[in-house]
Amino acid sequence: MISINRETLSQFALVQWQKLRRQFDDLDALRQRLDYQTILLAACAMAASLALGVGDLITKGAIAERQAEDLRATLGQVLPQTLYDNDVLANPRVIPSAGEETGLDQTEVFIAKKGGEVTAVAFKMLAKGGYAGDLTLMLGVGREGRILGVRVIAHAETPGLGDKVEISKSNWILGFDGRSLSNTSTQGWRVKKDGGDFDQFAGATITPRAVVKGVEGGLRFFERHRQELLTTTE
Amino acid sequence: MSESLSRIAKEGLWSNNIVFSQSIALCPLLAVTGTTTNALGMGLATTAVLVACNVLISYGRLLIPSEIRIPVFVALIAMVVTLVDMVMNAWLHELHKVLGLFIPLIVTNCAILGRAEAYASRKPPAYAAFDGLMMGLGFTLALVVLGAVREVTGSGTLFANASLLLGHGFAWLETTLIPEYRGFLLMALPPGGFLMLGFLLAGKRILDRRLARRPARNAAIEHTLAEQI
Repeated sequence: MISINRETLSQFALVQWQKLRRQFDDLDALRQRLDYQTILLAACAMAASLALGVGDLITKGAIAERQAEDLRATLGQVLPQTLYDNDVLANPRVIPSAGEETGLDQTEVFIAKKGGEVTAVAFKMLAKGGYAGDLTLMLGVGREGRILGVRVIAHAETPGLGDKVEISKSNWILGFDGRSLSNTSTQGWRVKKDGGDFDQFAGATITPRAVVKGVEGGLRFFERHRQELLTTTE
Repeated sequence: MSESLSRIAKEGLWSNNIVFSQSIALCPLLAVTGTTTNALGMGLATTAVLVACNVLISYGRLLIPSEIRIPVFVALIAMVVTLVDMVMNAWLHELHKVLGLFIPLIVTNCAILGRAEAYASRKPPAYAAFDGLMMGLGFTLALVVLGAVREVTGSGTLFANASLLLGHGFAWLETTLIPEYRGFLLMALPPGGFLMLGFLLAGKRILDRRLARRPARNAAIEHTLAEQI
């Protein structure tokens, strides 16, 4: 049986500790040593990772809250308050939509219900073909397939030209309200320059063209999945 | 000591200004100065990063071997920037939505690595912190001046959406200088930023030359006065 003498053990530890301490007396020599450099770099990386982990834990809740607030604010703009009495954010339906008009592999559809019946849906989608990449849209569609509201959530269009698709810059985006695939012909779903119903902006045709095409595609997506979306599931 | 501090302040704000004298960190400069509010937000975020990085590096300056200082600096800077990014996302969300894309890019802002290398790794923490603060404020000054010029010429407003950054108490900052202004698009785009920056740099050069000439002229006047008397 091995008996460990406490005193020798603590003495051994003390000696080792003092040895370690003494090395830090001559920092100039220490800095030259390869093992010290390796350990220091590893320690720095470890400390940085630790700090990031702690930072993430602290901010995670607040960030998720802010993002939910954002989503709720946009949903409030495309779905009139009077149409629903449920928590729209609570149970989004996820529709597999690879290759469809929404430009996403999976489209999250938020269901608005009143008295247990589906009254409208809202979903986020990508409008392809903007001047500087895709535009992210939020579409609100009533159960009969009419647009309740459209908002551009994110885009990288030219400030002062293409950014008139934002509600804060111009009312243009409100021109979609009430439109549907039945009250606007395929020819109508274009900008005026291309013979359609929607205005373009002076100096910027590409952005409105992308948004018009995107909204039309969003309606087609809704029509295709209409039965599925309007059936109430609990 | 106080003289040294005033020298640090002078260098950071004017004579060795990151933008106007060193001409570095131009990428974030041109990207965010479309409006004054964005410029101010980016400047303050960069200042916070500069001060934090300078202090960290100054404390570790005796421990960090020169052979591996660059990777250590980069790791520390990346850590601080990511923390600032997360904090802004959580508690300054509106501003983060506007600047979000540019915050992670502070990592690549060569001014921060430059100050770490040139100053913080050689000086005690208090001086390094002050240097970071002054360099950061100098950078903020450059951003705000360029942002103000571009915003006024580009869209006729000043500090548009400032209440998003500073809270509703600062809504009074939002002014429309030129009502019914139709906008001058070039100024809102990056080329306009380059043009304006050129004008500002030229302006600073002229000002510096005038300032340098003035003491000489004063001395000359004194000399002639002394001769006349």
